[in-house]
Amino acid sequence: MNPPPATPPRLNTDALIDDRRTRIIVCCGSGGVGKTTTAAALGLRAAERGRHVVVITVDPARRLAQSMGLSYLDNIPRSVDADFASGGSLHAMMLDMKRTFDEIVEAHADPDRAAQILANPFYQSLSSSFAGTQEYMAMEKLGQLHRTNEWDLIVVDTPPSRSALDFLDAPQRLGRFLDGKLIRLLTAPASPRRSYMKVLNAGFSLVTGTLTKVLGAQVLKDMQTFVTAFDTMFGGFRERADATYRLLQTPGTAFLVVAAPEPDALREASYFVERLAGERMPLAGLILNRVHRPAATRLSAARSLAAAETLENGNGPGVGTTEAPRYALAAGVLRLHAERMQLAARERRVAEHFTAAHPTVPVAEVVAQPEDVHDLEGLRSIGSSLAREPELS
Amino acid sequence: MRARDTDWEGVRLHVVTGKGGTGKTTVAAALALALSRGGRKVLLIEVEGRQGIARLFDCPPLPYAERKVGIGLGEDGRPGGDLYALAVDPEGALLDYLEMFYGMRHTGQALNRLGLVDFATTIAPGLSDVLRTGKATEAARRKANGRQVYDAVVMDAPPTGRISRFLNVSVEVSGLAKVGPVRNHADTVARVIRSPQTAVHFVTTLEEMPVQETLDGIAELRTLGGLQLGGVFINRVRPHGVPEPDLEAAMAGHVDEAEIAVGLKAAGLPDSQALAAGLSIELAEHARNVALQERERGELAASGQPRYELPDITDGIDLGGLYRLAEVLRDQGAA
Repeated sequence: MNPPPATPPRLNTDALIDDRRTRIIVCCGSGGVGKTTTAAALGLRAAERGRHVVVITVDPARRLAQSMGLSYLDNIPRSVDADFASGGSLHAMMLDMKRTFDEIVEAHADPDRAAQILANPFYQSLSSSFAGTQEYMAMEKLGQLHRTNEWDLIVVDTPPSRSALDFLDAPQRLGRFLDGKLIRLLTAPASPRRSYMKVLNAGFSLVTGTLTKVLGAQVLKDMQTFVTAFDTMFGGFRERADATYRLLQTPGTAFLVVAAPEPDALREASYFVERLAGERMPLAGLILNRVHRPAATRLSAARSLAAAETLENGNGPGVGTTEAPRYALAAGVLRLHAERMQLAARERRVAEHFTAAHPTVPVAEVVAQPEDVHDLEGLRSIGSSLAREPELS
Repeated sequence: MRARDTDWEGVRLHVVTGKGGTGKTTVAAALALALSRGGRKVLLIEVEGRQGIARLFDCPPLPYAERKVGIGLGEDGRPGGDLYALAVDPEGALLDYLEMFYGMRHTGQALNRLGLVDFATTIAPGLSDVLRTGKATEAARRKANGRQVYDAVVMDAPPTGRISRFLNVSVEVSGLAKVGPVRNHADTVARVIRSPQTAVHFVTTLEEMPVQETLDGIAELRTLGGLQLGGVFINRVRPHGVPEPDLEAAMAGHVDEAEIAVGLKAAGLPDSQALAAGLSIELAEHARNVALQERERGELAASGQPRYELPDITDGIDLGGLYRLAEVLRDQGAA
């Protein structure tokens, strides 16, 4: 006999957002699972329950952005127009990673040098497309907003990366890259510490020679100019990445892993849960998004299919062959029900696999909505679905 | 009969994109299986390091090497051709490139230990894209003994949001390298991508966001110009056995609960009244979904690209399910 499937503890999102000690909520998960919508719905619900909330979104779908009154990307938190009887408030912003990067440069270099850096082609590609810049800047923005103390709850939606883990690693990778020995080695000819590098000369020319072959001499030259101009700012990047990392480890932070009830998404969720534990980052729980729940759970898929066949073949207790067409509707509905039960069972199975591996991780479910969110009402209904006690089935 | 005459005759490189979570890898694999029918040799390439192909074909993680992972659909009593797969990572592609163009594999490996390869592929935006698309175009053109090695190459490409940038390689690289070897390489790659030998397919489900992204992606590629748009693969289509008039009535808000109850009772199900109430709710929800899906279907039709519909495999995708999808694609003329 199989052991009974593990039942996970319930994730109480209302308790989480009502707890004033919760200052940061990070929604993470693989692409396409509804992270942004979840972040926005939680933010709205928290504001309606009296919190002063800012939601940082990265690349939201147009209509979702519009539902919060965000029509363009400008890197500034905008007030969401809604009446909060609770006394709470909601702001939302879309991250502009290049703008955020430019602001750091402007804040930390004198105007001439800043202008020089901003105009450098190497800087321009670094700030708009280096793998990890978006993640770094999302974390940077989080740190900035946190320091202003203007909001008592920050909800962050993580960038749509290949894997959910990218967002933890990328900021450090960028920090490491900008502070790294390699960049100094590569750009040594333009640096005052040239003599010190002489020892490494043989290795150095191999490296630069290859880079020149692969990328062309211009790239290397732009990079050298960039490094020279950027020199004094290097240390800061690593420090900021480390500071945000520590912020994420404080008890005021809560990670919510969002996943659709599908094997790939839950596999990513599983990696993420393990990783968070390894980094001592506080995991609040898993949000199982877009779960399908049949309305009539007492009739199993197998019985439903059998009943449909009975009606279609005309051999049931009260069914004569001539009467079969009259039962077409009931048969169709029974087949539909069987399919829904199978889908629900499949979803439950993958969720159980997750819980078997992580029995202590609390889980909340959001029932699949027929339509995508277009307005605050849509966000509100996701928030209340999230808070609802799961029905026993 | 369109058994021999498929919609994409002459296409050697099939680029498959789609919104995350729509089943892009699955559809790419099914397409590759369908293409490798009748003794044709096909290469399936993944470029994002997820090892999704290995999982689908239930084999150990793929190295940076072309491995046989399966046999295509049989046809007219003949067994299918060989399906090969390759997982391209930017590091491997850079080493490959250094070797192919400069005979520098050992140098490359030494530099890799210094972290240089990682550095070069992450720092030069576009470089890693050029290397990955370059591998696919190289395989699509590769010849041995005067014959094409592969009859077709299918690339499981990055998601829709990144596809135009990914494919627009020569422009992306030109931002950095004005002249030089990478630029030349990028131009060669771009010529193949922008030739009639390449088609870009989109995978979507009948949901709002994936459909919107598909339409946006198609519009974006049209703006770029020179790229051949391929098919729209509508994935996870759920059939329904509800009679059409009843479905239409349900869409209009009328569900005949009494008639359902009578049927349930006739089938010998207990508590038919209460059950009919529950099933009526399910039917109403279903009708609403079908109406929404019809709307999305209409929007996809307006794109003017050929469309293929793949059924939802309720039990989850396994190898058997993959072959079923491949057959569906073949029957609809996609391969």
